[in-house]
Amino acid sequence: MAEDFKTQVEKLRPYLLRYAQLQLRSAEAAEDAVQEALVAALAGASGFAGRSNLRTWLTGILKHKIVDAIRKSSRELQPLPGEDDAAEFDTLFDERGHWSQAPDAWELPEKTAQAFMMREHLGLETAEICKELAITSTHCWVMLYRARMALRLCLQESWFK
Amino acid sequence: MMLPCREVMRKVSQGEDRSLAFGERVALRLHFAICRGCRNASAQLKFLRRAVRRLSE
Repeated sequence: MAEDFKTQVEKLRPYLLRYAQLQLRSAEAAEDAVQEALVAALAGASGFAGRSNLRTWLTGILKHKIVDAIRKSSRELQPLPGEDDAAEFDTLFDERGHWSQAPDAWELPEKTAQAFMMREHLGLETAEICKELAITSTHCWVMLYRARMALRLCLQESWFK
Repeated sequence: MMLPCREVMRKVSQGEDRSLAFGERVALRLHFAICRGCRNASAQLKFLRRAVRRLSE
């Protein structure tokens, strides 16, 4: 009976490993978390008692081990190479550390910015915005399109790339 | 007749501001089915919208 339980648990190891690997950066850490979860599971086998699906139960234990691992590794504070500086922005500054070209204030054309914030942030309808800014709905849609596409491009180029 | 991506993105944006006609919605669906770029960009516009909306929370 006990042997049988152990076999069933072992069979689920590959699944658990994949689960852990999805969430932990190093394969080693994933392996450790699974190992700890299995040890805990076998020690607490009586707690399982067929109440739920074995895989669900094991995954629940593993989840805790993964959270522990993440918290532990964040305490150890080992920045990944390349993530602890930001040299890609150095060209914005001259050798004395001043802006090579001082940034201008951000200015979407005023009406475009207004329309965008009225629509997206305040949640006003197009009709209300048109009335307020004295523009046609077609004009309003073009401005919103321009603002959204510009913002998307900005994030794409500077943040997600 | 497929809409080009440029028109698709204009309609995606407009879809946030007015209800699109049935034919327009069908055209977008058809286009998304074969165009990953527009699918991604469209999801990104939705993401922006949610982000901006939450500025007030």
